Amino acid sequence: MQRRTLIAAAGGLAAPLVFRHAALGADPIKVVSIHDASGGLDIYGKPMIACVDFAAEEINAAGGLLGRPVQVINYDPQSNIQLYTQFATQAATRDKAAAVHGGITSASREAIRPVLKRYNTLYFYNTQYEGGVCDRNCFCTGSTPAQNVQRLVPHIMQKWGKKVYIVAADYNYGQITSKWVTKFFREGGGDAVAVDFFPLDVTNFGPAIQKIQAAKPDVVVSALVGGAHVSFYRQWAAAGMKSRIPMASTTFGGGNESLLLSPEEGDGIVCAFSYFQEVDSPVNRAFLDRLRAKLGANTPYLGGELAMRSYVGMQLWAEGVRKAGSIDRTKVIEALGSGISVDGPPGRTTLDSKTNHVTLDVYVAEVKNRGFNVLQHFPNSPPSDTQSVCDLQKEPNANRQVVVDVRI
Amino acid sequence: MEAPGTENRRALLQAVLALLAAGFAAWWLPQVLELFAVINATVYIAMALLALSLALVWGFGGILCFGQAAFFGLGGYAYAVAALNLPDTTYAVPVALGVPMLAAAALGYVMFYGKVSDVYMGVITLTVTLILFNFINSTAGDEWRIGAAPLGGFNGIPATPPLNVPGDPGTVLAPEQVFAVAIGCLAGCYAICKLILRSHFGRVVVAIRENELRAALLGYDVRLYKLAIFAVGGLMAGLAGMLFANCVFVSPTMFSLAYSGQVIIWVMVGGVGTLLGPIVGAMLLQALTAWAGTLPGVNPSLILGLVLVVAVLAIPRGLQPTLTTLLRKRAP
Amino acid sequence: MDLALATGIQALSGIATLLLISLGLAIVFGMMRVINLAHGEFLMLGAYSAVLAVQAGVNLWVAMLVVAPLCVGLLGVLVERLVIRRLYGRMVDTMLATWGLSLGLVGAVTMVFGNTVAGFSAPLGSVQIGAYSTSGYGLFLIAATAVLLAAVWAVLRFTQAGLIARGTMQNAGMAAALGVPTERVYALSFAAGAAVSGLAGALIAPMSGVVPTMGTAYIARSFITVITGGAAMLAGTSSAAGLLGSVNTLGTFATTPVLGEVLMLVVAIVLLRLLPQGITGRFFRRSL
Repeated sequence: MQRRTLIAAAGGLAAPLVFRHAALGADPIKVVSIHDASGGLDIYGKPMIACVDFAAEEINAAGGLLGRPVQVINYDPQSNIQLYTQFATQAATRDKAAAVHGGITSASREAIRPVLKRYNTLYFYNTQYEGGVCDRNCFCTGSTPAQNVQRLVPHIMQKWGKKVYIVAADYNYGQITSKWVTKFFREGGGDAVAVDFFPLDVTNFGPAIQKIQAAKPDVVVSALVGGAHVSFYRQWAAAGMKSRIPMASTTFGGGNESLLLSPEEGDGIVCAFSYFQEVDSPVNRAFLDRLRAKLGANTPYLGGELAMRSYVGMQLWAEGVRKAGSIDRTKVIEALGSGISVDGPPGRTTLDSKTNHVTLDVYVAEVKNRGFNVLQHFPNSPPSDTQSVCDLQKEPNANRQVVVDVRI
Repeated sequence: MEAPGTENRRALLQAVLALLAAGFAAWWLPQVLELFAVINATVYIAMALLALSLALVWGFGGILCFGQAAFFGLGGYAYAVAALNLPDTTYAVPVALGVPMLAAAALGYVMFYGKVSDVYMGVITLTVTLILFNFINSTAGDEWRIGAAPLGGFNGIPATPPLNVPGDPGTVLAPEQVFAVAIGCLAGCYAICKLILRSHFGRVVVAIRENELRAALLGYDVRLYKLAIFAVGGLMAGLAGMLFANCVFVSPTMFSLAYSGQVIIWVMVGGVGTLLGPIVGAMLLQALTAWAGTLPGVNPSLILGLVLVVAVLAIPRGLQPTLTTLLRKRAP
Repeated sequence: MDLALATGIQALSGIATLLLISLGLAIVFGMMRVINLAHGEFLMLGAYSAVLAVQAGVNLWVAMLVVAPLCVGLLGVLVERLVIRRLYGRMVDTMLATWGLSLGLVGAVTMVFGNTVAGFSAPLGSVQIGAYSTSGYGLFLIAATAVLLAAVWAVLRFTQAGLIARGTMQNAGMAAALGVPTERVYALSFAAGAAVSGLAGALIAPMSGVVPTMGTAYIARSFITVITGGAAMLAGTSSAAGLLGSVNTLGTFATTPVLGEVLMLVVAIVLLRLLPQGITGRFFRRSL
């Protein structure tokens, strides 16, 4: 029963595409998207799904790939790791997907990655993360600490001072990012006065805020994650701290955090990502117009990079297929490794064949009235952190995530 | 009332039948199912085994455990850590069974010998699960490693080595073989549960569930019996965790409240006080969850939530007892 | 001196928050022996109704203190009618049904209101204590919790309705024999518990991230607090919140936030090992 309903559901989803591109008249190329559309991570997942779908529609409107339409099959793992594995298996062995785009947290990526590697299915992970994945089958198109933290830290040091207090979510991303923040502060002649980690379900930040006051830092850097941690920014503002100690963040705005806060609470927080919806370029303006024309009132706020990277990830994959002239995995990987780049709304994104990561533009912006105000633009930042530990040219069979050794 | 001898023989027969059915399924299903279905079926079986462990502890031991996921997670982590450190992953299996069993025995000692009762037991087991969840989540740093195995914090241990052919570390089991092992474990545990419940020990455990005071007055050491059945449940949950580690991978979500809650729901929907019901309940609800995730535009939590509420109101005794009653009515 | 005072206020505020988020659950548990696992979602709905009311132009205080408890209280009446009433005396079934309800409410709210609502910021500005600055709203929360606690106590202690409620709580059969409509008492208790949860949710809304899944961050903590407290709902919950809240806050100060959490949970386990019936199983047995 499960199977028949599923096919019906997938068919229903694909019907408009197939109908419109009946002229193309060929079997669709299947792309599976696995993103959380429910559960705690849906604030990130939903805009990502919208962007993957939109990218596919644009590809189809331009005539599809190799004369065939692209069909996106969406699975919702409901913020549950086990379902990630199940859907990845399904995508590889039953749907025979040409590529899988998906995964938000590092844990979900590590659930998908080995499965797709084992069944030889191309994988795109389109999220900002802590860096270090070294796998020829897996393309990581989001920014890593060497790209965003490296730009963020000098900006805030120059603006506010050399003593930083770091508050971070107590999991891999937070732990590694806090090391990078410390490293870049030390390189600039500053230092971290303290680092505090918080479990993901902590909601009372009163004691932490008082500790920060006692430590008197020049700036606070937050790498907090998720709905519960939004409490930190609110309690920070309520304690009247906003006007006293400025704040920067490596995570704020990656999803829609900025929408949850009032302007009095959020304004002035400085962030760095490889895209902001507010990036002022003709390409981006045109993209946003098309997206709004398509989705109307349902257009999600794209905020930081996660949703846009999903769009760029689809573009990169499509470019690889065009260049390879085939959807065969090895051919596409080779084509992607030949230095493909796409010019999209966030600027130019170039694949680095040594690491399967990307060279991209980084923007520093501050929160303003539930959105962002872009302050600085750094074109062509390479993924130097992953480059220091991974060389797929020399080691094509690598299959691991290396913890980048941050020397601080 | 039948003579105990007949009942025992019937239990033995059921156990043998279960093993035969499992053997047949292990041989036949991989031939007709696609690969992905075999792998997903393995996950379902691991979950069904977890449900079975709670069915034993709660349905027959009368111990409502909110932390069955703790033993499930411990089994998975113990397997992963041992498998990464030992040359042959076969040796990791006893570790994956022993660690959760000992943990269950220790927790059981605290609860039963401290005379903690009903809801309070629920809270203690829940709290232990939360502590483990918080702890394992905060092991992302490099200093958290056991031998060759980094604990990995929130990301878990993605590089869990799969089971190999015993004595031959070079040959890793194929998905079909893991499936066969899983179904063998499930049938084996089912048979063991059946036999336990027909033994003197099992009868005393059920007597304690029915009336603890009376059992104590008859001279049975209630605490010891509860401790024993709880430890057996922990062992089975650990086995389920090991199977899960083989077909998914271990991460802190194994300890999460969501899993602990799900198990209770499966047992409840299948029927508390039955063994087959929870197994079926686990598989049905798993399939429902996965199916809900493929529906466009509908929130899966909404569907699951509605199913649950309706299940509690419409079939309060669970699937198996309700179906049995229906069938009995049909065939007088 | 400033440090001690500021730390004391943080500890008080930790206790107050714990008490606030547990009180609704405690009322329902204490009165009816029903464990409402949708409690976290009642908090969430309280926060949502307040936020949406403020967006619709309602005065902030009216939204928090009137609209939220009213909305969630009405929902409580509905839930009691449709679900809880059919399951009295079956504790585990109720837990399961309310668990389902909790999932369903998260899904429904996400589908209807989306997963983002623009929250409102805390009123009342900040207060300076020596070198430390703390939020005025945090102090208000402490006071509000105290008032709420006192109000519930006064209702139970001094009013006719309170007398009936206490009677039903102690011996439902006897109360029924004396002509008390216990069904109605239960229905009203559940609605009152829900209203208190809604109020609590609205009160914490300006200090937390208002998202559909926010309930999950609170439910385990309030569950543990209520059960550790034991049978007497007010004395038990306040003493448990006092103990666990201060352990958590001071633990966080002395060590790290992670250890502070773990320490609190360990204390709860040790407490239940020593006092298997909760705190009020041994102390304050005759209190409310």
